[in-house]
Amino acid sequence: MIESLEKVLVQHPFVEGLKPEHISLIVGCAKNVVFEPGKYLFKEGEDANSFYIIRSGKVALEVYSPEKGSIIIQTLDEGDIIGWSWMVPPYQWKFDARAVELTRVIELDGNCLRSKCEDDQSLGYEIMKRLANVFDNRISAMRMQLLDLFGKS
Amino acid sequence: MKQISPDQLKDLIQGLQYRGYITIGPTLQNGAIVYSEILDINDLPIGITDSQKPGHYRTTQTNSNAIFNYVVGTQSIKRFLYPPIQKIFSAKFTEKKIEIQELDKPSQRYAFIGIRACELEALKIHDTIFSKSEFKNSRYTTLRHNSLFIAVNCSKAEKNCFCTSMNTGPEVKYDYDLLLTEINKNERHYFLLEVGSEKGEDIINEFDFSDADESEINEKYKVIEKTKSQIEKFLETDGVKESLLQSFESPVWDDIAKKCLACGNCTMVCPTCFCMTVEDYTDLERNSAERIQKWDSCYTLEFTYIHGGSVRVSVGSRYRQWLTHKFATWQEQFGTFGCVGCGRCITWCPVGIDVTEETTKIKKLSQLQTTSLEEL
Amino acid sequence: MQAMIPSSYRIQKFIKETQDTFTIELKSIESKNGFTFEPGQFNMIYIYGIGEIPISISGDPNKSGILTHTTRAVGIVTKEMAKLKKGDIVGIRGPFGRPWPVREAVGNDIVIVAGGIGLAPLRPVIYHVLENREYYGRIILLYGARTPQDILFRKELEKFRSRLDIDIIVTVDRAIKGWTGNVGVVTTLIPRAPFDPINTIAMICGPEIMMRYTIIELIKRGLGKDKIYVTMERNMKCGIGFCGHCQYGTEFICKDGPVFSYKEIEHLFGKREL
Repeated sequence: MIESLEKVLVQHPFVEGLKPEHISLIVGCAKNVVFEPGKYLFKEGEDANSFYIIRSGKVALEVYSPEKGSIIIQTLDEGDIIGWSWMVPPYQWKFDARAVELTRVIELDGNCLRSKCEDDQSLGYEIMKRLANVFDNRISAMRMQLLDLFGKS
Repeated sequence: MKQISPDQLKDLIQGLQYRGYITIGPTLQNGAIVYSEILDINDLPIGITDSQKPGHYRTTQTNSNAIFNYVVGTQSIKRFLYPPIQKIFSAKFTEKKIEIQELDKPSQRYAFIGIRACELEALKIHDTIFSKSEFKNSRYTTLRHNSLFIAVNCSKAEKNCFCTSMNTGPEVKYDYDLLLTEINKNERHYFLLEVGSEKGEDIINEFDFSDADESEINEKYKVIEKTKSQIEKFLETDGVKESLLQSFESPVWDDIAKKCLACGNCTMVCPTCFCMTVEDYTDLERNSAERIQKWDSCYTLEFTYIHGGSVRVSVGSRYRQWLTHKFATWQEQFGTFGCVGCGRCITWCPVGIDVTEETTKIKKLSQLQTTSLEEL
Repeated sequence: MQAMIPSSYRIQKFIKETQDTFTIELKSIESKNGFTFEPGQFNMIYIYGIGEIPISISGDPNKSGILTHTTRAVGIVTKEMAKLKKGDIVGIRGPFGRPWPVREAVGNDIVIVAGGIGLAPLRPVIYHVLENREYYGRIILLYGARTPQDILFRKELEKFRSRLDIDIIVTVDRAIKGWTGNVGVVTTLIPRAPFDPINTIAMICGPEIMMRYTIIELIKRGLGKDKIYVTMERNMKCGIGFCGHCQYGTEFICKDGPVFSYKEIEHLFGKREL
């Protein structure tokens, strides 16, 4: 079981190129999870105990408003990761994440990952670099979204 | 080479008119030399000379009887072959279609008298743009084809002349039908006359002009040498294209923008500037409409307007466009510089911005690889 | 100047596409020869007495009987156009400009990246490649719209998608209730779009900012600069290289473009106030 998880994990762009010893470290925190369409991965305000690596499917990041219901901010799919609130205090989700389609993820336990990153800071730095790349892409995309490029100029 | 007297020049002008040419020559209007229709040799600016400096133009009456003793007037002959305002068509709206009435083919034949080497060079540039591109400006092409060009070798230069730098003058070497060199020496006033085309040959065959002798012919070269020696302004064209293309971010543009009024005078007096805009009009009841084209200037904010705003907002960017076009991108587009060194843009700039100085500055900065104007 | 004289076309159909975009289908009044063009070319459209503007052709290049334009009501002329109806007459000059490299792209995967109304000039490419499907590898359309209601040619996109030999991925910047598709800018679709980067031609049309970031993403995927094509927009008064307005460095967008490879204009692209 662990071995096959490792195989799946190394194929994911987020993990790609990570040293084998680091991979075996994080595999210890991992499990396979499937979300049916409509199921929430997590909801705003809940404790953020997980880091999700999407293998397939589609997840919507949403925020709920009483008048408008749930508003989708962004959708994420195969190859993306979800959630870094497990890494930053107070370790609480700031948004909802809902599976739009049948979604297969590898869920890494946040506490487990955090402590392994603390113990082996070279792993911690690797994870941080990869997350920084994700932040960079998400922020760029978000800035473009803010520009409302296709709106009336 | 022939030599003719002022009276014979008068006959020549009349001969052109008999042949149906509208004779266009330099005239004095509101204190400036302006190309306009002339009926007689007396319409020409006899005894008038000019002085030109950056942002400065004056004409004065002298006691001399010289006719062409000035350099270049306010505008070239561009306005005759490529008019500032030109109707493209008129249209009527019917239930069946938009009925377009095109303009008749131009029938007028111009004889341009007194045009200079730099102006002929500008004409050649317009030929490339209007007559040799994929699409043709048939109106220009017809008018130009039907015109006769009687050029004059400049007998003086002014402070803004830099034709020698652009390799366009002062000597008229080609593309003329007839060529005059005015000689005013030892109380004798006459013109040397050369033929440059069959059209020109055909015209002077009607006259009994006598040949010039060797000493008279020598006078032509003395005139050209004298004029050349009077040219002070210099623009080093070697590498100017490269340095301009490298100087997109040069501090020079902001520096010029402090002075430049973006008035567009330089583009209006330039003999090669060809940009235009198109305007549509209707009468109040929309029964008839027309479309005109008008000279336009890259110095206006509207020039680059696309929905939402203009691309070239700062004055510096508009100056950069103009200068870079003239001395760099024009070469890629049409194979020559877009400048003939006539100096009009310097003369008629209200604040006296000098293209030769600005290009030199840009070149120096790009060679020094510095962005500090103070280091110059 | 023949190229400066519009000829009359009658509106056969006026289609309201979205809240602010519309399509007109035109037929020549004066000629029976139909209208031939290549994908990416544009016409100058004259609204009697109001003015004239360049608009790309959005129809099927194989159907010369009908001339199709899709645009958005933003300026004086397009707002006037939005009031047109079946039977009305407009003037047309064209077609002008350099087309998309559909011939050069034979044998390659095709990635079309469109943003907003930018899908209109690319629709002729989609028609062309689908009609000549066997000449191309994978065909992928990545389309970004503002909201689900702003998706242009929606029914047609669904029809194309049902062919199964084209991948169409649509995303919106702002979702509305009931939208189950992608949310996010169109550039986020590029990293995982299913094309072979060493054998792909990309064609991009949208606002300049969107094209800039799209190029970055395509290059990250390994596409060569000469394999990425964009279409540029500048003020245009004549369409034939005489008015000077559309100059972009050495290029006249009307006749040297509007389609350029990124390699050709890399030195100009994104320069300010050029």
